[in-house]
Amino acid sequence: MLQVKELRANIGDKEILKGVNLTVKPGEVHAIMGPNGSGKSTLSSVLAGNPVFTVTGGEVTFCGKDLLSLTPEDRSHEGLFLSFQYPVEIPGVSMVNFMRAAVNEQRKYRGEEPLSATDFLRIMREKREIVELDNKLASRSVNEGFSGGEKKRNEIFQMAMLQPKLSILDETDSGLDIDALRVVAGGVNKLKTDKNATIVITHYQRLLDYIAPDFVHVLYKGRIVKSGGPELALELEEKGYDWIKKELGE
Amino acid sequence: MEKDKNREKNDILDDVTTSEYKHGFVTEIETDIIPEGLDEDIIRLISQKKGEPEWLLDFRLRAFAYWKTMPMPQWAHLNIPEIDFQAISYYAAPKTKDAPKSLDEVDPEIIKTFDKLGIPLEERMHLAGVAVDAVMDSVSVRTTYREKLAELGVIFCSFNEAVKEYPDLVKKYLGSVVGYRDNFYAALNSAVFSDGSFVYIPKGVRCPMELSTYFRINAGGTGQFERTLIVADDESYVSYLEGCTAPMRDENQLHAAIVEIVVNDRAEVKYSTVQNWYPGDKEGKGGVYNFVTKRGICRESAKLSWTQVETGSAITWKYPSCILAGDNSIGEFYSVAVTNNYQQADTGTKMIHMGKNTRSTIVSKGISAGKSQNSYRGLVRVAPNADGARNYTQCDSLLLSAECGAHTFPYVDVKNKSAVVEHEATTSKINEEQIFYCNQRGIPTEEAVALIVNGYAKEVMNKLPMEFAVEAQKLLQVSLEGSVG
Repeated sequence: MLQVKELRANIGDKEILKGVNLTVKPGEVHAIMGPNGSGKSTLSSVLAGNPVFTVTGGEVTFCGKDLLSLTPEDRSHEGLFLSFQYPVEIPGVSMVNFMRAAVNEQRKYRGEEPLSATDFLRIMREKREIVELDNKLASRSVNEGFSGGEKKRNEIFQMAMLQPKLSILDETDSGLDIDALRVVAGGVNKLKTDKNATIVITHYQRLLDYIAPDFVHVLYKGRIVKSGGPELALELEEKGYDWIKKELGE
Repeated sequence: MEKDKNREKNDILDDVTTSEYKHGFVTEIETDIIPEGLDEDIIRLISQKKGEPEWLLDFRLRAFAYWKTMPMPQWAHLNIPEIDFQAISYYAAPKTKDAPKSLDEVDPEIIKTFDKLGIPLEERMHLAGVAVDAVMDSVSVRTTYREKLAELGVIFCSFNEAVKEYPDLVKKYLGSVVGYRDNFYAALNSAVFSDGSFVYIPKGVRCPMELSTYFRINAGGTGQFERTLIVADDESYVSYLEGCTAPMRDENQLHAAIVEIVVNDRAEVKYSTVQNWYPGDKEGKGGVYNFVTKRGICRESAKLSWTQVETGSAITWKYPSCILAGDNSIGEFYSVAVTNNYQQADTGTKMIHMGKNTRSTIVSKGISAGKSQNSYRGLVRVAPNADGARNYTQCDSLLLSAECGAHTFPYVDVKNKSAVVEHEATTSKINEEQIFYCNQRGIPTEEAVALIVNGYAKEVMNKLPMEFAVEAQKLLQVSLEGSVG
């Protein structure tokens, strides 16, 4: 589904990603861990097409397409979803209008008719229950005045609405208390099938207690320096990142 | 329904990406233009062509004499090029001799023009319950549903017809709210006004349909000097819509309109405008100069509500105002003003509190893009006797580029200690993070800007009548094409 080869990216003149390799297949859950500043969020931003970053090398294939040549909206239409670490507030734009625009743009891309208002609202009602958001959600402005937990639940709600092939969860656990974490992780698990894949970017093992990864990668100084199974996450939790640094001879 | 909406949306984008200004075409109909220039003889000629009574000619001549003594005002935050008032033709009328009695009598070219503009003069209008007084250049071409309205005693006709058929009403109210001495452009309009609309709602009548007028500049090199007079008698109600588009031109076009509204005891008037005159091209060439005087007077417990969506014109100079003369009267002003490229807007309102317990609300939303300049200018005045007056003002600015300007000039003049005057102001910018967030959810940048801008302007848009709101939303989107990115 996703092949990342030797991906390099800059912000300004500073190189952040220094040759990332990653392969994700349908049905898989990959965790990307690593210390602060290792490039985890940059990787998710670059895959989603954030124009703040400049790709300087490498290639990315997503479902047979050259991902890097697609606009951010077309990456979304092709089935790539990014759950933001810090979801932005958009005052004045109600969630219902926002989501309706998003869903109908996706349908348009796929040559489908826009959803009727009734169908849309019904689907919205179904999906918000996955992350236990109440019905006031529809009339509220996008992320405006949402608590930290609500913002993250709202991200997973949007994921449920757009039904992506690949979801990248960027530090979805940051700023969540344990109850919110359970709701968010529960939502992600409910949406998991053998056809879609998830990349979980996180600092801590904690989230992985709820979302069980098939593979764990350690991103350090812009490269994936170690990959393994779920046991790698536990080892990291126990020994910290210094252990990796030592292995790398630092 | 949903499908239509979406299709419409795409059509708009297509139109915009393939053409500079959608409404930029000129209808080929014979136009009766009098020579350029302005003097007493020209004014006599205009009056004579219209077959006006002596008192109206006198009114025009007095206004002209006064106008000649006035300098062009320079106080607005506008860079106004020199206007040669002698290089303008002050009268243009489609050559149809007498007003048509039915659609068949209307010049087919005119009908085509309205079709192109998407103005549904025929059945669709009827279904929407809207009566239209269509103004092509300066003379009314056709008036709809007048008979239906007449049953209720509602008068809705062209200004010229009103002068002939209801001279007493016109004589009584003409200039009663906006005198010809009011300002430079008001004096000019009073001297040369061509045509416009007249509305009278009798006592206790609630006008059952939205009254609407579409204005359109058509003859090249002619200015347009519309005059609208609305009188809502005691305990009546009317909602009036004004919308305009203009064809593309190279030379600048002057537009100096007057709207006067009289709201008698316990009556209510809602006046909504969508203004989309040609704004000039991307380099700031051409475009309409729009100098408008709009004012209403509210008697006891009366209410006047102005709602405007201003997206057009190279220069906008416009301050729809309320004189709250009667006790317990209410004035409202809701405005969205969009400027892009080299457009300049200096717009706002005046709320003059004279009666006791008068209340006013001002909500102004400025949206600036490109290299444009967008100013809010407002005055809240509370007279010594206006006990218990209240005003709430909110003016917000949204910036879409680094080169545009947003300015706020709120004047407050309170002469009564019991008055409560509140003012809130914000300035914000659409940021790249918001755009990227939308992009990531599959919403392209242009759509995202439209979504955000419409969200920002929602408070005002919600005040527009339904059928206008849709048009206005489209306009916001179209006006801001390519302004972020």
